Amino acid sequence: MSTRRTRKRLLGAVAVLMVAGLVSAGCGSRVGASGPGGASAGSCADTSGNSVKIGFLNSLSGTMAISEKTVHDSLLLAAEQINTRGGVLGKQLNVVSEDGASEPTIFAEKAGKLISSDCVAAVFGGWTSASRKAMLPVFEGANSLLFYPVQYEGLEASPNIFYTGATTNQQIVPALDYLKQKGVKSLFLVGSDYVFPRTANKEIKAYAKANGIEIKGEEYAPLGHTDFATIVNKVKGAGAAAVFNTLNGDSNVAFFKEYRNAGLTPAAMPVVSVSIAEEEIGGIGLDNVVGQLTAWNYYQTIDSPTNAAFVQAFKGKYGQNRVTSDPMEAAYTSLFLWKAMVEKANSFKTDDIRKAADGVSYDAPEGTVTVNGANHHIAKTALIGKVGPDALIHADWSSGAPIQPDPFLKSYDWAKGLTG
Amino acid sequence: MQALFSQLVAGLSLGSILLLAALGLALTFGQMGVINMAHGEFIMAGAYTAFVVQGVIADAGISLLLAIPLGFLVGGLMGVILEATLIRRMYYRPLDTLLVTWGVSLILQQVARDIFGAPNVDVRAPGWLSGSIDLGITQVPAARLFILVLAAAAVIGLSLVLKMTPLGRRIRGVVQNRDLAETVGISTRSTDRLTFFIGSGLAGIAGVALTLLGSTGPTLGTSYIVDAFLVVVAGGIGQIKGAVIAAFGLGLLQATFEYSTTASIAKVMVFVVIVVFLQIRPQGIFSVRTRSLA
Repeated sequence: MSTRRTRKRLLGAVAVLMVAGLVSAGCGSRVGASGPGGASAGSCADTSGNSVKIGFLNSLSGTMAISEKTVHDSLLLAAEQINTRGGVLGKQLNVVSEDGASEPTIFAEKAGKLISSDCVAAVFGGWTSASRKAMLPVFEGANSLLFYPVQYEGLEASPNIFYTGATTNQQIVPALDYLKQKGVKSLFLVGSDYVFPRTANKEIKAYAKANGIEIKGEEYAPLGHTDFATIVNKVKGAGAAAVFNTLNGDSNVAFFKEYRNAGLTPAAMPVVSVSIAEEEIGGIGLDNVVGQLTAWNYYQTIDSPTNAAFVQAFKGKYGQNRVTSDPMEAAYTSLFLWKAMVEKANSFKTDDIRKAADGVSYDAPEGTVTVNGANHHIAKTALIGKVGPDALIHADWSSGAPIQPDPFLKSYDWAKGLTG
Repeated sequence: MQALFSQLVAGLSLGSILLLAALGLALTFGQMGVINMAHGEFIMAGAYTAFVVQGVIADAGISLLLAIPLGFLVGGLMGVILEATLIRRMYYRPLDTLLVTWGVSLILQQVARDIFGAPNVDVRAPGWLSGSIDLGITQVPAARLFILVLAAAAVIGLSLVLKMTPLGRRIRGVVQNRDLAETVGISTRSTDRLTFFIGSGLAGIAGVALTLLGSTGPTLGTSYIVDAFLVVVAGGIGQIKGAVIAAFGLGLLQATFEYSTTASIAKVMVFVVIVVFLQIRPQGIFSVRTRSLA
């Protein structure tokens, strides 16, 4: 074959390839509205025997595997502990694990499979908001239950989802209160370009407006963005008192390396992050984040017997060099909350559990948490932490008592008009 | 004024990163016509080489300097294995090569995940590469300056090999007319293999350099593969100087657009510029005139 024709073909092939790349990037977060299981109603869960099936749905491959694998690990630990202590209503838990593969459409598909083909009593998992939004119609259609363990942007309350991570008024609002208390008068917002950071920043701007904090700039980087020279130049030029960081995943590594190389320090311009937990610190490099702030509801360093037992059990099962983080703790807690709800309802049926849910509480590693039956979120204590030289996060400030969940920010005057 | 210089530096730096990632591809894709989707995973292998070397030699400076040649070797050897087992069976079947190497790239990502674990690992930068160097008008992060120098060294090294050595002459001969090169007694098989070794090795070097700026994880390569192909296509297939101009052009464009708009919009605008450019000049900035009958 002639070289020239080969080259033409090559160009064609490369063009196809790039278009494919662009399309998949653009549609990565498309919600699978037509996921299977949407049509079939009613659960086929078999609870007559001495065991009951539950489903764990986490990304064990793809870009989110880095985070979701850890959640899967702590869910398995919780199931094991429940089984050795006699199971739920005397029934042993039989875990069916599925891989969401970091794709919202696959999450919807696998959720349908777990509900209608494996006949599980409840599903635990999901991480990105896109994966949750994709699974939501599947669970509502089949009237089945999902326990979602990650902090998110709020503005949602499905009767078929229990949210055991923080909603905005338990994480972002306390972080802003903390900054205001510290006398911060101006902020720069940096985030990944998708639903969580954009919604969170809308709320932050409303808060700032009401509290006299100036927003000096707002920058979004595409997911997976690796070059932060320009964004850090803008941050440096704007001269805000602090940076509010809602970047997700690998971008944090590039951002913090650039931030430090540009000579910016936590003393001069602290960065508050809402997506960096103990797990991520090793990958970012301790030198690059030491002294920076985070907002969560749980840290491995919490000093309580319950947490000590959790950390010890986790390290015992997975190795001494492993760490525990907020989403892992929220996932672990979610399984015990489900157990408490089932036992209170004395039934595995979705409708019975929903009725029994309000007021169910559990002495979790983060402290006592209580389910709010109206919005299916849980009351949690907010903790602002500082990354220490031991690569763990130490609480610097606490809200003191658990904060009632308010996913639609109805109790905040400044948030009027945000939620419509 | 200071912002202008900072952005100029950011653009040049981004260009040098693109260039490092694309240089090996300019050789394997540009010269040999192999669409190697696993090129990004050779970059990743280089990055993990830096991590492993740092595990053995604690001194960050020495381990970095040692990781550069080792990364070249690791990337190159992986490339040779891929070429010898799969790619050589599918020369002249570009679409099949694309699919097969994409599959290989997925397998390599999972292998990395199994060996090193899913979370990112940290490669510490040596003390002399953290912080900035003050140039008076603006400050340049030392790590970025290092990568710029490394990219320049790689380009000069590669050009010297292609121009001055018998191997380089053979490579150019095969590119310009494979049949004729074969008739005059050049072993195109071994030339292909060596070309692939050098191209993949350059990806390994890129991987070592990238540990200074970003994350070291199983999916490191996928962030760069599309940009690397863009550089080679825009630069013109078969030309190193085209890749150099395209890399710095794209870097400066991205930095300029990003400063005046946002990172997401800048990415779109760069794509639009490339599409328009390829409409006007489908062969890229430079193209090789060959004597083969077309």
